[in-house]
Amino acid sequence: MSLDPSFVGRTYPPTAPYQVGREKIREFATAIGATEPAHYDPTAARALGHPDVVAPPTFPIVVTMAATRQIVEDPDLGVDYSRVVHGDQRFAYTRPVVAGDELVCVNTIEDVRTRGGHGFLTTRTEVTTPDGASVVTVWSKIVVRGEG
Amino acid sequence: MELPTKTFRVTRADLIRYAGASGDFNPIHWSDRIATSVGLPGVIAHGMFTMALVGRAVAEWAGAADAVVDYGVRFTRPVVVPDDDQGTEIEVTAAVREVTDAGLTRIDITATCGGEKVLSQARATIRTSG
Repeated sequence: MSLDPSFVGRTYPPTAPYQVGREKIREFATAIGATEPAHYDPTAARALGHPDVVAPPTFPIVVTMAATRQIVEDPDLGVDYSRVVHGDQRFAYTRPVVAGDELVCVNTIEDVRTRGGHGFLTTRTEVTTPDGASVVTVWSKIVVRGEG
Repeated sequence: MELPTKTFRVTRADLIRYAGASGDFNPIHWSDRIATSVGLPGVIAHGMFTMALVGRAVAEWAGAADAVVDYGVRFTRPVVVPDDDQGTEIEVTAAVREVTDAGLTRIDITATCGGEKVLSQARATIRTSG
């Protein structure tokens, strides 16, 4: 799968704000089996200095996976999603995500390459408040497997 | 310094629950028919589910739900989850690589399933003071 390297550096328009709900954080924490009270109990979260329940470290994927569809589904780039596997993933936090956050994503294509018939696409998503204050930076590398 | 080993059992029910919570409904994580049609041995766990379990281990080692400041992995091998009550098991170990003057601890993580590494370059930085 050949991807067009001229897409490197392209930045997409900010996404509509994602409203982080307390119940969504509890649902996500339950699904991964996390038991720390700060994921469930606002009082426990406040004791750690947060305004509301704290999301587990990989929670932002809920927001960024939806946001990066604007890249994966960009018809000009032409990713065949049925051939996509997840390569790398990284989160670099300014602060944890907490219930009540409104999160805006700005996606940039950081790297595009083709090797051994496979396409490799690295995206960086800056996740901020609507005012532009940094919350977390998220990198994803996907591999678009070649035919055969 | 080696950190205490943690193990996580993963069943099909866990994958279904994670699909709902995360919004990742890729059928290779719940349909053997689809998974085998794309060349997989069967239904596999979401890479992000494995990463979330390892993230739990990191938070437990750190002793705080909000201690992770940087966390990255490479997915090297799928975690196949059989359709039975036992599922499979992921084992997570880690070693402290560095403790900085700024109160950060960098750890190198190993995650295996059936004796095979499922992640590489798995690293986390946790805040251990302040």
